[in-house]
Amino acid sequence: MAVYSWPSREATAVIGKEYDRLDGLAKVTGAAKYTYDVNLKNQLVAVALGCPHAHCKITKLDVAAAEKTPGVVAVHIFEHAAVGSEVQWQGELLAVVAAESEAAARAGVDTIKLEFEELDVFTEDENLDAAEKAERTGKGGGKTELEREPGDDDDEDEFIEQEIARLFKASKYVVEGYYGIDAITHCCLEPHGSTVEWKDGKLVAYLSTQNVSGTDEGFARDLKLTSDDVEVKCDYIGGGFGSKFAPDYWAVAAAKISKETGRPVKFLLSRDQELKIAGNRPSGYMRVRLGADENGVLTIWDSHHWGTAGYKGGGVSQTVMPYVIRPKNYRRIATTIKSNTAQSRAWRAPNHPQACAMSQTAIDDVAAKMGANSYDVFAANLRAGNVDSQHPDAANTYLAEMARGAALIDWKANWHAHGKGKSRGSIVDGLGMALHTWGGTANNSDCRLKISPDGGVESFCGSQDLGTGTRTVIAQVLAETFGLGIRDVRVNVGSSKYPASGASGGSTTVGGVSESHRRAGQDALEKIFELAAKELGAAANSLEAVGGKVRVKGTDKAISWKKACTLLGLKPLEVTASYKRGDQSTLSSSGVCGVQMAHVEVDKETGVIKVKKFVAVQDQGLVINPKTCKSQIYGAMIMGIAAALYERRITDPKSGAFVNAELADYKLARLGDVGDLVVDLYEPESERSRGVIGNGEPPAISPKAAIANAVANALGVRVPVIPLTPKRVLDALAKA
Amino acid sequence: MKAFEYASPRTEAEIVDLLSAEPGKTEILAGGTDLVGLMKKMIVTPDRVVNIMDVPTLRSIDELPDGSVSIGAAVTLDDVLAHPYIDIYPAIKQAIRGISSMQLQAQGTLGGEVCQRPRCWFYRNGDGLLSPDVAEGANEFHAILGNSGPAKFVNSSRIAPALIALDAQLRVVGPEEDEQFVPVAAFFRSPHREGQREHVLEPNQFVSHILLPPIEGRTCATYEVRHGEGPDYPLAAAAAALQFDGFGIVRDANVVLGQVAPMPWISQEAADVLRGRKVDEALAETAGQAAVSRATPLSQNEFKVQLAKVAVKRAILLAAGYETGGF
Repeated sequence: MAVYSWPSREATAVIGKEYDRLDGLAKVTGAAKYTYDVNLKNQLVAVALGCPHAHCKITKLDVAAAEKTPGVVAVHIFEHAAVGSEVQWQGELLAVVAAESEAAARAGVDTIKLEFEELDVFTEDENLDAAEKAERTGKGGGKTELEREPGDDDDEDEFIEQEIARLFKASKYVVEGYYGIDAITHCCLEPHGSTVEWKDGKLVAYLSTQNVSGTDEGFARDLKLTSDDVEVKCDYIGGGFGSKFAPDYWAVAAAKISKETGRPVKFLLSRDQELKIAGNRPSGYMRVRLGADENGVLTIWDSHHWGTAGYKGGGVSQTVMPYVIRPKNYRRIATTIKSNTAQSRAWRAPNHPQACAMSQTAIDDVAAKMGANSYDVFAANLRAGNVDSQHPDAANTYLAEMARGAALIDWKANWHAHGKGKSRGSIVDGLGMALHTWGGTANNSDCRLKISPDGGVESFCGSQDLGTGTRTVIAQVLAETFGLGIRDVRVNVGSSKYPASGASGGSTTVGGVSESHRRAGQDALEKIFELAAKELGAAANSLEAVGGKVRVKGTDKAISWKKACTLLGLKPLEVTASYKRGDQSTLSSSGVCGVQMAHVEVDKETGVIKVKKFVAVQDQGLVINPKTCKSQIYGAMIMGIAAALYERRITDPKSGAFVNAELADYKLARLGDVGDLVVDLYEPESERSRGVIGNGEPPAISPKAAIANAVANALGVRVPVIPLTPKRVLDALAKA
Repeated sequence: MKAFEYASPRTEAEIVDLLSAEPGKTEILAGGTDLVGLMKKMIVTPDRVVNIMDVPTLRSIDELPDGSVSIGAAVTLDDVLAHPYIDIYPAIKQAIRGISSMQLQAQGTLGGEVCQRPRCWFYRNGDGLLSPDVAEGANEFHAILGNSGPAKFVNSSRIAPALIALDAQLRVVGPEEDEQFVPVAAFFRSPHREGQREHVLEPNQFVSHILLPPIEGRTCATYEVRHGEGPDYPLAAAAAALQFDGFGIVRDANVVLGQVAPMPWISQEAADVLRGRKVDEALAETAGQAAVSRATPLSQNEFKVQLAKVAVKRAILLAAGYETGGF
């Protein structure tokens, strides 16, 4: 069996080179068919009634008029909406109407008679006192870690209190602060949903999903089929960010209606439903006290944070606090809050962005209190070993990345102490930084590779391309392996009928598909070499595939790739390969760092913030395609600017209604708001030799804290809760 | 969207014939960037939509014998922006540029912009225009002036403050052959009961033209405080038109705030501060302060008082040819 490995940097022809996405042209010309674009002959269009109230008991749900509405073919009431049921958040789907047209379905929905008893509503997740009063809080766990241990005779609780008090007393600097970050929604441009049809008793589901190979089971379970009876297809997806792993009950409903009516059904959520029910990120708010020595090295951290992940409670996990910069002595406690909002879904690096936004802002306030350079305080903590990261050589990597970031943003020249910069009229500027970490382990991935006697190379893998370039990366891996160009190979992803591959979540895709395709490629190549060896009169292990040829290494003796493949005879060569998550491999590993630095301007009269320049330095092991890799980081930075300055779920304090569940009111960063974005891929040999690591998550973590710190540096005042809206900036300035 | 009848007349007379006297039965389509969204959400459910984009008399910009400029209601915002006749009214161009959306500017029209419905999310989510929940609800972006009645939304037009500051008039046609000229300043009203519109048009009347009087040496500007660079509505805005004597003294002034009240808010107080004085930053600041002196913010929007003050100050400075500060 081949020893799986990557060629050295010098020996690569395709890997590490920038390529446009293979499907780029199809996308920009509109030829690419997203789930929303799939329209099947004779299809019905389904539209759902969402619950208008954030917490109520259904007392009547009469669909008789809907059933009689012209054009309506079927009406389905969801089980959770039966009379007597309690609905816990606004927008939850109650009934769905399938009709000949969207207009007819909407007209049908409009006739549904809904009555409900209003129940108590709570959505003020920032207000811990109010949550306690409303009996909405729960324990979110906690941990205390102290270097000194209690003596045999000590009461443990008493010891902890005394030891924490002692550490604070011994600290040169003590910062007490309040920090927070509101809930945001995934806001997928393509809403959740599917178009489904039955063929010969089997279900074909065109589903907007991050999990092609895993959602067939979800349909099968709910429809009492086996996975073999379901094919999930997704060629292109318009955004998922962690919210599209399951079929969801609405896609299952579409399948049921399709079966019942014998017609294909198209059912995608409306925009407000998408924002209200199809994914959000938990909020987090924290009170913290921290102590530091004369260099700003943290000696003690004592925090309590709270927030909500929805009606079941939940919130930001306490396990990631304090984030990356972690002293040896700390106590962290979390409280969960039950809010009448839909339950959260995984959002790009679950828990990390909030933890980073809450804790690295507090660390920056140590620098502010000291009048020190934030860079020095972060560096001092790293040098002192106050670091908690998934990267095996974290402190050194962060320090190296910080140095590169500082050069790119000209930290030294642009730095001033907090609030001490020169102002230009009402405009002040500031610098801020933050650090992050993530795993990015390769996911399970199987693939099948077919080499045809005419030299054609085609792969099949039940992965999906979220728009991040998965197809292109697979093509590069195969092209590199066979010494071909990336358009000489044909890549197939996006069907559950292909060999199973893991869901695209957790930054696991690039590692997984690189593993499976490199393995299959090397196995296939070994067989081709065996055949070519006879032809070339050389040993199989002396051959290489380069430049469209199979060649005896170090000689001119070669046959073309096509010629080598004719040696297969009449039948194509088929190879399958499998990678199981966690298998040790030189092809992939996990654990990254990442540093981001922001330079912002703030108008003190209006509270408006502009990002001038934003730098991301990111390691991710071996980079297959620097272009798509950088694109992923640009996207994360833009998403981060949106979350730092603009976006949040706004609920009405009385009714709990999610009032800005429309893109017109749900503010996001636009092109003019993102400033000068600079991405630096950190890939020295020490990183490259670690193999492929995913980078979907990590660059989306730091933006909030980096920008908030830059604003605090500009103003000399902390704006505690993110997003940093003009209102919050003005409120913070007024309080100061 | 409810099924509707679509009419695309060619003359003003045909438009009038197609409009119903009954509220809500017919709607005018003048670009559709607002109307179509409202219809999709079934906030408005007309039986008939009357497209005025194909009426040639509503699509031109002309100079009238008295030096006024007449802009057809169906002229797109981009066409207004590009037209040389409008160069002397920078307040209008600045307001259009602030929209920052190729799509809205290419498709939206001046008449549609002035008559657009409020962005209030209570209204857009189907709770009506005068929802009693606003006073203690999610009212961060609602009115801080003129909000003692049932209306607490803000008028969303970005160009109306400039039109009022410039003493513009609207030509209103209908019912039947009626034609009248209404100052933009008298066009808007604060509704007192659900179903009332935010302007004085009867259901069977429509705005055919916007008439800008000759500039006659006045200077003008619009300043919007915007959260970001995108096509979101401003948090507060103001337009100012100033008439100077030969010595840099303000002889007359109009100051109109946008996005702060159920109607564009004419600030007599700010104008009074300016009259007879020389504009400098301190005076503009005082005028800004005067403009918000009667502000009555709601539970969540006190910050808008500061923003409105700054908008007025900067609009005055810009109109007077000074640096405004800010970005």
